[in-house]
Amino acid sequence: KEEKEEDESKEEDNGSQQNRVSRRKNYQRKNRNGKKAREEGSQKKDRGKTAPNKDQKESENKEKKTTKRGKEGENKQKKGRKNSTSSASSNSSDEESLSEEELAMLKEQVEQKKKLISTMRNKPWRMVKKLSVLREAQDFVEKFEGALGKGKGKKLYAYKMMMAKKWVKFKRDFENFKTQCIPWEMKIKEVESHFGSSVASYFIFLRWMYGVNLVLFGLIFGLVIIPEVLMGMPYGSLPRKTVPRAEQATAMDFSVLWDFEGYIKYSALFYGYYNNQRTIGWLKYRLPMAYFMVGISVFGYSLMVVIRSMARNANESTADGDDNNFIFSWKMFTSWDYLIGNPETADNKFASITTSFKESIVDEQESNKDENIHLRRFLRVLANVLIICCLCGSGYLIYFVVKRSQTFSKMQNVGWYERNEVEIVMSLLGMFCPPLFETIAALENYHPRIGLKWQLGRIFALFLGNLYTFLLALMDDVNEKLAEEDVVKNITHWTLLGHHNSSAGNDSAVTPAPLDPADVPRGPCWETTVGIEFVRLTVSDILVTYITILVGDFIRACFVRFVNYCWCWDLEAGFPSYAEFDISGNVLGLVFNQGMIWMGSFYAPGLVGINVLRLLTSMYFQCWAVMSSNVPHARVFKASKSNNFYMGLLLLILFLSLLPVAYTIMSLPPSFDCGPFSGKKRMYDVIQETIELDFPLFVAKIFSYLANPGLIIPAILLMVLTIYYLNAVSKAYQRANAELKKKMQMQREEEKNKRNNKASTNPMLQDLEDLLTPSTKPESPPKQAEDKKTESPNGSSPARKPGRGEGLAGSPMAGGRGAAFTAPSPVFVTQPRTLGARAPYPGQPRPWGHPLGPVPGRGRGQPCYPRAAR
Amino acid sequence: MDCTFFTRKEILRLHGRYYEMAPNVVPMDYTKDPDVKLPMQLIINMPELKENPFKERIVSSFSEDGEGSLSFNDFVDMFSVLSEMAPRELKAIYAFKIYDFNTDNFICKADLEKTLNKLTREELTAEEITLVCEKVIEEADMDGDGKLGFADFENMISKAPDFLSTFHIRI
Repeated sequence: KEEKEEDESKEEDNGSQQNRVSRRKNYQRKNRNGKKAREEGSQKKDRGKTAPNKDQKESENKEKKTTKRGKEGENKQKKGRKNSTSSASSNSSDEESLSEEELAMLKEQVEQKKKLISTMRNKPWRMVKKLSVLREAQDFVEKFEGALGKGKGKKLYAYKMMMAKKWVKFKRDFENFKTQCIPWEMKIKEVESHFGSSVASYFIFLRWMYGVNLVLFGLIFGLVIIPEVLMGMPYGSLPRKTVPRAEQATAMDFSVLWDFEGYIKYSALFYGYYNNQRTIGWLKYRLPMAYFMVGISVFGYSLMVVIRSMARNANESTADGDDNNFIFSWKMFTSWDYLIGNPETADNKFASITTSFKESIVDEQESNKDENIHLRRFLRVLANVLIICCLCGSGYLIYFVVKRSQTFSKMQNVGWYERNEVEIVMSLLGMFCPPLFETIAALENYHPRIGLKWQLGRIFALFLGNLYTFLLALMDDVNEKLAEEDVVKNITHWTLLGHHNSSAGNDSAVTPAPLDPADVPRGPCWETTVGIEFVRLTVSDILVTYITILVGDFIRACFVRFVNYCWCWDLEAGFPSYAEFDISGNVLGLVFNQGMIWMGSFYAPGLVGINVLRLLTSMYFQCWAVMSSNVPHARVFKASKSNNFYMGLLLLILFLSLLPVAYTIMSLPPSFDCGPFSGKKRMYDVIQETIELDFPLFVAKIFSYLANPGLIIPAILLMVLTIYYLNAVSKAYQRANAELKKKMQMQREEEKNKRNNKASTNPMLQDLEDLLTPSTKPESPPKQAEDKKTESPNGSSPARKPGRGEGLAGSPMAGGRGAAFTAPSPVFVTQPRTLGARAPYPGQPRPWGHPLGPVPGRGRGQPCYPRAAR
Repeated sequence: MDCTFFTRKEILRLHGRYYEMAPNVVPMDYTKDPDVKLPMQLIINMPELKENPFKERIVSSFSEDGEGSLSFNDFVDMFSVLSEMAPRELKAIYAFKIYDFNTDNFICKADLEKTLNKLTREELTAEEITLVCEKVIEEADMDGDGKLGFADFENMISKAPDFLSTFHIRI
């Protein structure tokens, strides 16, 4: 109601104008009356502004003339528009004579006004000034537009604007939606704002890992476990799917299940459960084949995804790399998000800005540091020597302990310590070596980011020993089982035979009662054993990690926080203090865990499911732990843009875990009575079998050709050559890139120097100054004068007069206002700059007939220059 | 409407907000163009501005008298410039004004220090602050006068990737 009225006052010109445009042809006369009335109203409204003036009357007179010529004008419209590029002042001298030209002029001015109206919102003027200028312009346009019969574009324009707004809004919403779809984005951002990007990089890595594992999980569950559960033989139908008689009593006990024995061992989660039937169910699903292919594609997919993300990261880091000219400035001026209206978010933002500043400061200090380079080098070499000694020592220790354990295992009645010696030594090493490395690394005085990489590499090397012993023990186990298997195979054979014989001997008429599957003696099934080993390891790893976080971080934080009130020294600042988030340990934990998954997933398809759960819980748990009980690092540092170092470690582990699996697949015989490949000599025979039985003959032939070493070796050679070539090309590109970067830097410096000598006055700048200190500047060019006039509405009318007077003198044809409004034409803009650039030669005479000089081209817009040259 | 980036509806809403802040001062009816101004204290308590460390600067940059009280026109102007439809150049001009604490048309070291302290809630040490300020001037100062003029500022901000997305308030 009333509000609308208020709004009307602001926009009535506009809204009513729109209406008017549509109705113009019919109600021209009427409208004109209305317009006049409204004009009067607006005059009253104009704060203290003197009523519109002489030239308004004058223009009204003109208008009458022009209405008569209206129809003519419409014919000439196009002509007029073409002329509109030439500036108004140039035409003003000879306009009097011809009415058509007058018309063209008018049109031009209307165009200009319109342009002004449409660009008004982009002008950094005060609102009052904008309003008054706008009103003037709109009045002008209305007056003459009717005469010229134009103005239909208005609606279309409004529509376009509306659509643009809608589009922007849609894009924004879509963007929001997209960020909301990224899981844990907010959590990670929160961690990042308090702990810096290095800690956040761990969580991002964790999230990435979760994604990869989800895909692996989908592969294995969708193609192996679910078909087996749905279509395979049910539990109890086969010896391999049944718990043996001896174990049945305890098979459901929790302690047994916890060790992944009993029912769990004889379930679809492990290799041994699967049958070697070629096809299952009514779909004729080839399960052994699927099992084999999924096992391979787990590795294939992981390799592909790791390498692809490495490549993408490398790409990103080079693409964004060159924009580092304004790190601090951007941080200073664009880091605060003005959208923030929530106190909590604001707190986070303050924290994150502070951390990011600290990160950059650390970088900066690091690059500025110059000390005794020889001393530092010496220290670094020393540190490396020390660490290599440590690594060698621990490697030997592991080797020694493993050897000893092998002798122990042959002896009877060894004590608890002897049995668990390897594990104890390993965990002691894992506990004490990383802090030792960290202490030694303090000698090196690297940037924390590089320091983290070294630390990661060193602990990785240490943990490799861990892996090595584990695999060695496993191989021993497997070999033992293989030997055992031969024996059992015979027994089983004989039992079955005996059973048949006995039943046949007793009574030939009665069909032999089938032997209960639980009673059949069976082999040790080394594949399942391996799988169980990996699952156990993973689970215990999860538990250890979580308990360490609970005790080492949370309990410690609670202790420090609450006991501090009654303690003799300051616990928070002193000895125990709060824990820092251990990036290297956590990243390596994740990487090694993933290695276990890759190795184990072939023998325990359910392992990936466990890992998915683990990653999911650990995301929430660690986020909570880090926010609740850790403190940021003393030197918060920025993570490198690409997580490629983590990815590199992951790739290495992937490769290392591929080796044993490939070895077992290629060179160990599968168990005779369990798993999808039982009865075959090697696991990969399943492929041959499929090719032979399911494909036409020529496919088999093609395969046999492809497997020919004569073909494979050249192919490998070709690949090596391609890699070499591509590598060389990328090196060349890199060099070119660096060169270009250097050039750009040089250019920037040059520009800096050049600007130093230049007194640059930018129209934009003038606007700004205008805005900042109103009415202190002496008025110079006509445009400025015009601006001034409209800007200072109160009382500065004397100052305004000269500007208007000039305008009037220039063009009798009402152009006064319009002419002065030659919107910032490019000619004008370039003027001061070129002047400045030419400053060194002002007094130097120049030959008149200089043909190529810049004079002719710029002559019109820039009258001072030729004069100076003369 | 041609002066701002708002539609009629949005301006009405803005007026609603403006009216809300001081119902007994601001008239509902603006046809008579009353000369009403709200003091800075009221405006910086808007939820949109409340958490902003530069709220005082924003308001005083847009106030016509330079003392921080806004008429409705200024109020609309402020949100128009800060709306997402406003072009980069316009935003840059006002951003410059906002960060120019002592309004001398240059962003000098003192301004930078103030900005930094507001951004980080004074959690950096004095050394760090001077380091950052020196770095900023070194990076962005093209004409070598030891302070940032508008040309420097615009040159710097025009390359900033997220200036447009952060320098905007939705209302």
